[in-house]
Amino acid sequence: MALSRIRMPQQARRGELVEVRILVQHAMETGFRRDANGARVPRNAIHSFACRYNGADVFRATLSTGIAANPTLRFFFIAAETGDVDFWWLDDDDVEGGAKARLTVT
Amino acid sequence: MDRRRFVALSVLALPVRAYAQANAHVSTTDPLVFSLTKGKPVHAGRVRLELPKLAENGHSVPMSVRVDSPMTAAEHVRAVHLISEKNPVREMASFWLGPRSGRAEIESRIRLNGSQRMVAIAELSDGSFWSDALDIAVVEAACTEDG
Repeated sequence: MALSRIRMPQQARRGELVEVRILVQHAMETGFRRDANGARVPRNAIHSFACRYNGADVFRATLSTGIAANPTLRFFFIAAETGDVDFWWLDDDDVEGGAKARLTVT
Repeated sequence: MDRRRFVALSVLALPVRAYAQANAHVSTTDPLVFSLTKGKPVHAGRVRLELPKLAENGHSVPMSVRVDSPMTAAEHVRAVHLISEKNPVREMASFWLGPRSGRAEIESRIRLNGSQRMVAIAELSDGSFWSDALDIAVVEAACTEDG
């Protein structure tokens, strides 16, 4: 599972905008690069990403090799109820990654 | 079809193509754009794409895209598509939003294979499409050979 770093407030008022920043450690291999021996490094990039808040998707993305290595994303959602914020992603090797955060709504 | 006829037909098709293109940002007959819009018109405006004018290299260029929308259940942004002109993979990213997003603004970092025009197309809940385009100069491309 790829490492990730999330920056998000732990608390928010109901109806408030929550700003999420996430960085996932991933090479996002383009498939065009060659290694030191001249062999092609196969393509492997995160192609799907989702952010689920209280069981419902609030943000989804389809990514490609056009996204820089160690992809970062910044997006928003509206605080509704106290609950889990789950992040999920999948790369070309079918390796899944995920992270969790908790949002307390006051 | 022989070459002569192909050339003749292409010349005939050119003005039609130019006429069908109402928006200077995107060609709605571009197969990639067509696959997103299903031939619907793409209006210029409401979308704001932000990139630096010049990037030292194309490996990691900050990108931000914002769509002017109240983001309510009745009126919101469904998706934002990012299209590159020159990258080997032209369909860079698609972001899917909804009324729960609250604000239609996304930031990321992208790879660019040289100086080019970037296009962002937003799909709204009423089924309309809006776009913005931006030219960016890249000194050293995110090289497809050994980058």
